[in-house]
Amino acid sequence: MAASREAHAPATAFAFFGSQGGREALPIRIIEEKCTGCKLCIPACPYGGVDVEDKLARLNERCTFCGACISACTFDAIVADVVRKENVDASQYHGVWIIAEHRDGNLAGVTLELLGEGRKLAQQLGTDVSLALLGDNVDGLLDRAAAYGADRIYLVQDPVLATYRTAPYADVMCGLINAHKPEIVLIGATTMGRDLASRIAARIGAGLTADCTGLDINEDTGLLHQTRPAYGGTIMATILCEQARPQMATVRPKVMRKGDEEPGRKAEVHDVPVELTEKSVATRIVEVVRSSGPAVDLQEAEIIVSGGRGLRSADNFSLIEELAETLGGVVGASRATVDAEWIPAYHQVGQTGKTVQPKLYIACGISGAVQHLAGMQSSDCIVAINNDPDAPIFRAAHYGICGDLFEVVPALTRRLQQELGS
Amino acid sequence: MHIIVCIKQVPDTTEVEWDEETGTMKREGVPSIVNPFDDNAIEQALRLREKHGGTVTVVTMGPPQAEAALRSALAMGADEAVLLTSPAFGGADTLATSYTLCQAIRNMGDFDMVICGRQAFDGDTGQVGPGLAEHLGIPQITYAIEVEAVDGKCHVRRLLEDGFEVVEAKLPVLITVVKQINEPRHPRLRNVLAAKKKEITVWGPEEIAVDPHRCGLQGSPTRVVRVFRPERAWQGEMLEGSMEEKIEQLVEKLRAGGVC
Repeated sequence: MAASREAHAPATAFAFFGSQGGREALPIRIIEEKCTGCKLCIPACPYGGVDVEDKLARLNERCTFCGACISACTFDAIVADVVRKENVDASQYHGVWIIAEHRDGNLAGVTLELLGEGRKLAQQLGTDVSLALLGDNVDGLLDRAAAYGADRIYLVQDPVLATYRTAPYADVMCGLINAHKPEIVLIGATTMGRDLASRIAARIGAGLTADCTGLDINEDTGLLHQTRPAYGGTIMATILCEQARPQMATVRPKVMRKGDEEPGRKAEVHDVPVELTEKSVATRIVEVVRSSGPAVDLQEAEIIVSGGRGLRSADNFSLIEELAETLGGVVGASRATVDAEWIPAYHQVGQTGKTVQPKLYIACGISGAVQHLAGMQSSDCIVAINNDPDAPIFRAAHYGICGDLFEVVPALTRRLQQELGS
Repeated sequence: MHIIVCIKQVPDTTEVEWDEETGTMKREGVPSIVNPFDDNAIEQALRLREKHGGTVTVVTMGPPQAEAALRSALAMGADEAVLLTSPAFGGADTLATSYTLCQAIRNMGDFDMVICGRQAFDGDTGQVGPGLAEHLGIPQITYAIEVEAVDGKCHVRRLLEDGFEVVEAKLPVLITVVKQINEPRHPRLRNVLAAKKKEITVWGPEEIAVDPHRCGLQGSPTRVVRVFRPERAWQGEMLEGSMEEKIEQLVEKLRAGGVC
């Protein structure tokens, strides 16, 4: 392994509070009258931070105040005193953190994009980029994470973390954040990222902005300016988190650009030991079904041909498929066609579908609702084919062909077959 | 089963009108509706009640006129409705909203399930559901496309980017639902009229014992500092001529651009 490693336990919370200079109360308390000494909290703690002695739970020096014990207690005997935002000393928080998402032994595209974006922010702040990598047998991802910009990697491996589930991931992340106090935490605005980030932010009282498409550091204040679409992309809003820390954001995939890969670049790797038990996790994954085939690789595709309501029926998607196949691309769809059940939801491009950024996007019979445009407008080259000259899609297109898609699309397919065949 | 559904009243449009003179959004005159994803949440709660018995309580936080959203849920068939309204709740971001909803739900006694829509149509964050689950200290299962309750447990099929997973959890649990989960019912006129007469419970900060520092603007760590319209300077080109000529031009452009 290229990266240097050292065994590393999270800085203990007691040290953390000590460094803040004599806080009176710890943020997690055991209410002695309510505690029955049942020990339910012991397996719930990922850090081995609770002991039960004389039928009474107490937090030991390994406690990171991640809060996992609170929901495990069925007697409401463990409570959190949330740190109020005015009490947070922002100067104690340093560094840009990315929470990794990975599948089948690969880092997600959005994680690489965030490492690139994180580097930019870290340079503006004069700090560095850390990656929190949670999973089971994920050491193989370290070199790639380093090559794409991670300076430090917190590696947390446990069989319980093999497949993403909210509770164990949130418990581990809250512990890491409490111990290391990053000033910025970023994660992809994916089903996992949105699920996890909201849970963490609610537990630690952090400010969280959803689905950002622009991030920047204000030179004067050092605050993270988070820009995101609202009302389906009709307006943009810039959001700040002035006092609470960390400043958290989920970031839309395929909006930020990956940095250049630097093979051989080194990161400092910290192995974080955790004690997780399957029994303490409230949810069980019974089955995972991943759709396969080129259709689902929408976000990685270089060429996408999308069909809209103008196709009039499910069968006519064959025209789109033929053109996509000719170009070596994949099939996308507008929301209307998915709602009409002409095509499965994983083809959907747009606000509630996927954001894509191919080299070529051909929209056929798509009017161009603002929600659809939000999902494809950063494509390198957009071609629109529609019979309505006033369709908004033409305003987003680089090249527009006004005409009947039932004539234009097959003719274009034939012409491209000649062109590419020769 | 006692099922609680959290809903939000949103403007009935995603095409916000822009006041060119003041450079602000026009909010007046835009009719309000129940957030469309929340209609799916209400529908799912009603279906579970029809199967297992019990009650469905809807709750919303908003200005007094958000009552209309609750009436709409009652017309669909919800049993009880709670409106959380107070100037102290105003200006809440997702953290303050989820905390306030949590305090209200704690005030409702035992429950088996909380159901929310995947996200609101106006804000599009999807953060309140998971935040609420955290405050309540219960598991969350987001992006549900199928929900079944059996023997004090639930089986939920979650929609992922590239497929789905089936998750099992003991009740109580919080679930957020996607549009594809069901087709919300249209209330009958009779039920719409009956819903107008139903009593709606109104709670403010005292009734639900909130910490005032954690509600509304004061309890919101995030702040919107600028709202603007995305610039979309059009630099495109409409191809002209006969269909063959248009296609020829396009192929030429694509070839020049190196995409084919």
